[in-house]
Amino acid sequence: MVVQALAFYLFAAVTVACGVMVITARNPVHAVLFLILAFFNAAGLFVLQGAEFLAMILVIVYVGAVAVLFLFVVMMLDVNFAELRAGFAKYLPIGAVISLILLVELVLLGAGWAFNSETAVIASSPTPPAADVHNTEALGMLLYTKYVYLFQGAGMILLVAMVGAIVLTHRVRAGVKRQRIGDQVARSSKDEVKVVKVQTGSGI
Amino acid sequence: MEDLLSEYFAILVFLGIAVGLSVVMIVASMIVARQHPDSEKLSAYECGFEAFDDARSRFDVRFYLVTLLFIIFDLEVAFLFPWAVSLGKIGLFGFWSMVVFLGILTIGFVYEWRKGALEWE
Repeated sequence: MVVQALAFYLFAAVTVACGVMVITARNPVHAVLFLILAFFNAAGLFVLQGAEFLAMILVIVYVGAVAVLFLFVVMMLDVNFAELRAGFAKYLPIGAVISLILLVELVLLGAGWAFNSETAVIASSPTPPAADVHNTEALGMLLYTKYVYLFQGAGMILLVAMVGAIVLTHRVRAGVKRQRIGDQVARSSKDEVKVVKVQTGSGI
Repeated sequence: MEDLLSEYFAILVFLGIAVGLSVVMIVASMIVARQHPDSEKLSAYECGFEAFDDARSRFDVRFYLVTLLFIIFDLEVAFLFPWAVSLGKIGLFGFWSMVVFLGILTIGFVYEWRKGALEWE
């Protein structure tokens, strides 16, 4: 139990410290690397909550894919980040308002959970005990049957993202020499090779 | 819950060893090694030249396309894990809901194949 509490405070402290470093780091690539560390620590927090599947997905999808995409975007945009930072004071009020709204929402959520008399009932009903059914299986038993429309909606969103990415960024380049394997394989030796009888000394 | 966390204890130990080892290596090299830095030692040395410009430069948007397509199929595979684990309990309906999901993404896959988005040239 003590180890669990220690691990929680370690992961939580590193996550918060990384979050601060993400917005204060001068080099944007360092900011993305701190974001990756924050993702890892959030995965540790998920494991402490017993949500193994979410922890592993966080590592695979966020660290493995999304953070790499962020690195690409940071490198590709080629913006002058020192110039961007100059507007910090100008955008401070609206940023403060947004974070205040977010804070109020979080406090409301926490208070609604803590002071609701039915919390125990809601928390106990949908999930089977963790000893019988582990996290991944419990998720699978709900996601594909009870929440089938949301699941199919996720598929549609992925399809739209795929088509959108291709429409926005793909273009056919002119004058590119490509290998066409089908044509190569379909060539027959009859069309391409000719046997010529050559008389001695006369040439073709 | 306790059982589950005790299974992860070994990983926590490894994590502690990794952090401890890296701290020891950095601190030991600071303490043990002689350090007399001067401006010439600390300046950029790149075959005798100063660096011409920033290493970060604009590059082709195709890298972005490849990463985005990778993320989408990564997520598709992520959805397969809980489905595979619970397939015995969710019955035929759960099976076919996944098949429809895969079908939707296969439409996208066929689209990108026909468009040539998978080819690098």
